[in-house]
Amino acid sequence: MMEKNILIGHGSGGKLSHKLIRELFLKNFDNPILSQQGDSAILDIDSSRVSFTTDSYVIDPLFFPGGNIGKLAVCGTVNDLAVSGAVPKYISAAFIIEEGLPMEDLEAIVSEMAAEARKANVMIVTGDTKVVNRGQCDKLFINTSGVGILDKKYSDISSGERVEAGDRIIINGPVASHGMAVMAARSFEGFDTEILSDCASLNGLIGEVLATGADVKFMRDATRGGLATVLCEMAENSPFGVEVDEESVPVDENVKGMCELLGFDPFYVANEGKVVMVVASEDAEKVTETMNKNPLGRQASVIGEVSAGTSGRALLNTSVGGKRIMDMLAGGQLPRIC
Amino acid sequence: MRYIDEFRNRDIVRNLVEKIKSISHDEVSLMEVCGGHTWAIQKFGIPSMLPPGINLLSGPGCPVCVTGRGFIDRIVAYSRQSDIIITTFGDLVRVPGSSSSLEKEKGRGADVRIVYSVLDAIDIAVKNPDKKVVFPGIGFETTAPGTAAGILNASEKNTGNFFVLSSHKIMPPAMALLIDEGVKIDGYIAPGHVSTITGSGIYADIPEKFKVGCVISGFEPVDILQSIYMLLRQINGKRFSVEIQYNRVVKPEGNLKAQKAMEEVFTTRDDWWRGFGVIPGSGLGIREKYADFDAEKMLDADVEETVEDKGCICGEVLKGLKKPHDCRLFGNVCTTENPVGSCMVSHEGACNAYFRFNR
Repeated sequence: MMEKNILIGHGSGGKLSHKLIRELFLKNFDNPILSQQGDSAILDIDSSRVSFTTDSYVIDPLFFPGGNIGKLAVCGTVNDLAVSGAVPKYISAAFIIEEGLPMEDLEAIVSEMAAEARKANVMIVTGDTKVVNRGQCDKLFINTSGVGILDKKYSDISSGERVEAGDRIIINGPVASHGMAVMAARSFEGFDTEILSDCASLNGLIGEVLATGADVKFMRDATRGGLATVLCEMAENSPFGVEVDEESVPVDENVKGMCELLGFDPFYVANEGKVVMVVASEDAEKVTETMNKNPLGRQASVIGEVSAGTSGRALLNTSVGGKRIMDMLAGGQLPRIC
Repeated sequence: MRYIDEFRNRDIVRNLVEKIKSISHDEVSLMEVCGGHTWAIQKFGIPSMLPPGINLLSGPGCPVCVTGRGFIDRIVAYSRQSDIIITTFGDLVRVPGSSSSLEKEKGRGADVRIVYSVLDAIDIAVKNPDKKVVFPGIGFETTAPGTAAGILNASEKNTGNFFVLSSHKIMPPAMALLIDEGVKIDGYIAPGHVSTITGSGIYADIPEKFKVGCVISGFEPVDILQSIYMLLRQINGKRFSVEIQYNRVVKPEGNLKAQKAMEEVFTTRDDWWRGFGVIPGSGLGIREKYADFDAEKMLDADVEETVEDKGCICGEVLKGLKKPHDCRLFGNVCTTENPVGSCMVSHEGACNAYFRFNR
């Protein structure tokens, strides 16, 4: 029987720690590598190229419509690997827990992490638990690192070095729902906005696109800073510019409404299940069609193209027929959304 | 009716642009007074659609932009007192004072809390009876009634620890001053939200005295283009008046209840506008009757000597004499990330809107 709340002793390395590891983490994350319980996980990787990434999750609140911090911690790291062109394989999970955290919260979070890992076909193979005194962290922080196998033929995707004028820019669905779901959970307690976070692992969808043989030249997951920031980064680091049609970027009606109400621009609001792809123009249709067959890409669409004339700039054709630049987000739009 | 899509309809927009083109003959300068208009104009890329003869100028209607450094310095000084909680609208937090800002003081441990309404500030005062809660009142006729309602509410609750530092201002004196000083303005796109409170009467002097038309405009692309069209018709016909384009919201008499609250709590006084200097009768001070809530009168502060920013041409930008691009600091020394002047801080500031949408 587990305690009702996290105690300092759960991080002591003693009996309570072992119990927590055994009855919660091992039980949920169960796999042959983790169950060896060594100081390191020993991985079989049959490849000369691996992708490796790490990310920490400090989202407040821990539970939000469409997910929780645990699901986010798996999806976020899986997606970082997947957009580099890699097949995500192994993940680590380190927990920094505030004394007093209800055990049932931790259980719910861990079980959703396990479920998401199964869905994304990755193994959680090593981990760590620390408990800090009340007030020394806010409820729960999670760090996950991940390793993925990178096929040589995709190794130039992460740099985007083959991007050229005329390439099409594609997004797999409506933007801004994660940021607005968190905002709603935080600001309007008891007020149901019906906005769900888009938090999802994208490696399946990306794998399906790559399997078609489409010429994918660059990918980035549009998380903090939103779609606009990804587009600005793309333009900034290239001899080309990008030009995007505002009208073609999907935004759910309720998300749009909430953004209007609170004065947010959906292009700058965080996503946790959106990939921006740059593909050769002749493959654009194939890619959107492939995405459309996957539930995570049902509203995928071409939103713009890489252009020759506007080097270093991201231009937006506004929905009313005007034209303006897009700029990177300055300062924080929303703190602690991931 | 969704109240967004209709006013962002591409066909209606195209149609209006054609109508504007068909009656645009001479070069005209139209000033959008309100920072919300500046933001919308740049965000929707409206300048790229207009014929070259129409020059849109940004006006002084961004509350943060016209707030003097002395005011920020005083709030900063309050924030340094350990028994004071500053409760403020978010856009004030990053505005630079002479040597500091609320953001910097927060980093050093000051208790600075962002609120969305003055009522939140009063809640904080009620929950923290051993602290003094100061609310910086900034903005024009749009936000002043809210602050007034707050003071009335605190007065009913007998809070005893809630104070307002008022920098509230009213719009018409600045609009008249600009024309009086010789800034070339052929028409005003007049503020929509201010007018919702005040009604259209407050601008009556401007067409009468200066032969400059005012069209009270909404904030969507269709609103703004229609207002431009209405102004061109006034200019072409040489018949100048105050018209309401934003008639789904603005009534000629305004919001009487809000006006009454404002009148009850505030009285006009001369006030300092950043970039302008003192404009007679343009500020709203708290009446003697409510002096117990007036931070200026009730709370001492060790305020540093105010140093105005050098090199920044915000003043001329706010007067419509120059565009943000004309400032040598714009885009290199002064950016949204590292703003020198408050016009770069606020979303409603001209420099901020130009930097983000029209560099």
